Amino acid sequence: MTLFRTIVLLAALVGFGAGVVLTVVQQFGTQPLIVKAEVFEQARSEASAPKPHDHEPSGAHDHLAASAADVAAAEAHEHGGGDEWAPADGAERFLWTLAANVVSGVGFALLLVAASELKGGLTSWREGLFWGLAGFAVFTLAPSIGLPPEAPGVEGAPLMDRQVWWIGTAVATAAGLALLAYGRSALAALGAIVLIAAPHVIGAPQATEAPAIPRDLEHDFVVAVTVTGFVFWAAIGVLAGALRGRFAAA
Amino acid sequence: MRPVMTDLTRSPTRAGALSAARALPIVCAFLLGVFVIGGTGFAQMAAAHNAAHDHRHSIGFPCH
Repeated sequence: MTLFRTIVLLAALVGFGAGVVLTVVQQFGTQPLIVKAEVFEQARSEASAPKPHDHEPSGAHDHLAASAADVAAAEAHEHGGGDEWAPADGAERFLWTLAANVVSGVGFALLLVAASELKGGLTSWREGLFWGLAGFAVFTLAPSIGLPPEAPGVEGAPLMDRQVWWIGTAVATAAGLALLAYGRSALAALGAIVLIAAPHVIGAPQATEAPAIPRDLEHDFVVAVTVTGFVFWAAIGVLAGALRGRFAAA
Repeated sequence: MRPVMTDLTRSPTRAGALSAARALPIVCAFLLGVFVIGGTGFAQMAAAHNAAHDHRHSIGFPCH
């Protein structure tokens, strides 16, 4: 299983680097907007009844209404019972975000490196960058067509429905791109186009409630997430392509 | 990985064995990636959600 170990080690390095890059971009891009949106989100949830709210460090907020979880889940920002642990604002919240960024970076790097190994492995940072662009198309662009990235305070359809559509769209887009790139026949290309278009023909589950945040904030957030995702994926691809040569002997 | 490729072209009998030997670890690594992303991006446990909250929003995962 040396190949397995090689892929995991390479993905760990790539994911760590990309996670750090993501964290830096995020601090200037999405994070200020998240904090801004949370003010609106909180104002609404306070206005519309006593509801659990987990963005605050526990103690700073009344965690009532654990019993009203069902109602709250439907109409407000609901994370569970109401008294679950959440990182305190400041360093703790930042460190958890950094950790999540790095862990996700490793996860996405595993996908990219494994998929590229099936095709013989990356030979240069430039080739890696193209794979990174494919990752961006699959995991950022395609899902955000039907489900624009939601800032806090933007309520969507039930979470499970959105997750299912999101994952289905990513899988269909990835399969479509692979068919486009490696399929030999016109029929394969046609199948690819159908696969990529299908999730959007089916349509994403849509929200029934108007967002709590202003429209321009909503718009800025979508732009910030898209650009952040682009940089993140470019970093994964370039790092994977550049570092892979050092592991090729294994 | 290039030496592997040369072996592949040189010996068709070994090729099948080699590519199967390559495919298994690759698929395992891919599944590990799926598992990791499931944890950071999609686990609905409140603690997992709260810890990864800003990450999920920043990457466009469906959050709450």
